[in-house]
Amino acid sequence: MIDERELIAVLQQGLPLDSHPYAVIAEKINSSETEVINYIQLMREKGDIKRFGLVVRHRKLGYKSNAMVVWDIADDRVNELGQCFGQFEFVTLSYRRPRHLPDWPYNLFCMIHGQDREDVIKNLQFMIGKCDVEGVKHELLFSNRCFKQRGAMYVHSENDKNETVVSVNQKKNSQVKKKAV
Amino acid sequence: MTIDEVSQPDVIDKTKLIQQLMNEYQHDFPLSSTPYADIAARLGVEELQILELLKELDTKGILSRVGAVFRPNRVGVSTLAAMAVPEHNLEHIADIISAYAAVNHNYEREHHFNLWFVVTAENAEQLQEILQDMEEKTNIRIMSLPMEKDYHIDLGFPLKLIEGGLKS
Repeated sequence: MIDERELIAVLQQGLPLDSHPYAVIAEKINSSETEVINYIQLMREKGDIKRFGLVVRHRKLGYKSNAMVVWDIADDRVNELGQCFGQFEFVTLSYRRPRHLPDWPYNLFCMIHGQDREDVIKNLQFMIGKCDVEGVKHELLFSNRCFKQRGAMYVHSENDKNETVVSVNQKKNSQVKKKAV
Repeated sequence: MTIDEVSQPDVIDKTKLIQQLMNEYQHDFPLSSTPYADIAARLGVEELQILELLKELDTKGILSRVGAVFRPNRVGVSTLAAMAVPEHNLEHIADIISAYAAVNHNYEREHHFNLWFVVTAENAEQLQEILQDMEEKTNIRIMSLPMEKDYHIDLGFPLKLIEGGLKS
């Protein structure tokens, strides 16, 4: 039997660069190579795994500029336009998110990549033309410094967990101390 | 660091190999007992070459990892969080946020909301706790914008763009 949580915790750290990577994973989680392979296959078929392969960092590939484009789209058009935006090869994300009024009127988010700013702006203009969204309110948020980038850790390993738990405990302790004073 | 810097001019084969690897194995990575040997066989090289190349790309930071991209909110929960941080304090606040194991991407963006990061957790309750903890630690309000619908089919970074990147 595979413990899904354990498998995900190991998988999200990346496949070992070893001749038999699935066997290495199996050993870590007390399973068998075949079970690991079959379970990954199952998660792929179910769509829980969206993509399985090399995960590259765009910035290191010469795509140094990226911007988040946020749009204020009428609710009845958001599905149609989300799909339209998602089809371009320079777009790596197209998500609907909730508005956060009054600070934030935008409900559709795309990530656009380019070799430089001009390239990103050119790509945006191309999208606007193709999806026929001239005049639709949007903003372009270029990214500057990257403070952290790695794969998502939905399940935290023991070390990660300790890190988090300790910080939460510290906070609680300091609150307790304050109250005591 | 670009691919060109990884490959020396005298090993053009390596550039070609990187290109083939990137183009063909960002999705549908082999689910066999010996995936790296299978890739090597397909590309006409030795397994060791593939393993060493991947290690090199990993060391240089081009390769984030070999593995799975999970569909958002299928496994655990996540949200895109934004903060409006006073410019002079941005680095300090960013460091506090990056220190959380639950944070993967953390970027400065050019906007009034200038710090954007993704927070993941096993469940909604845990996510809420983390966000609250962050607000208390930084004394800055968080705008949480969880994904409601994903319209993008992820096939990895496209072939054409990578080829373009290699040429430049």
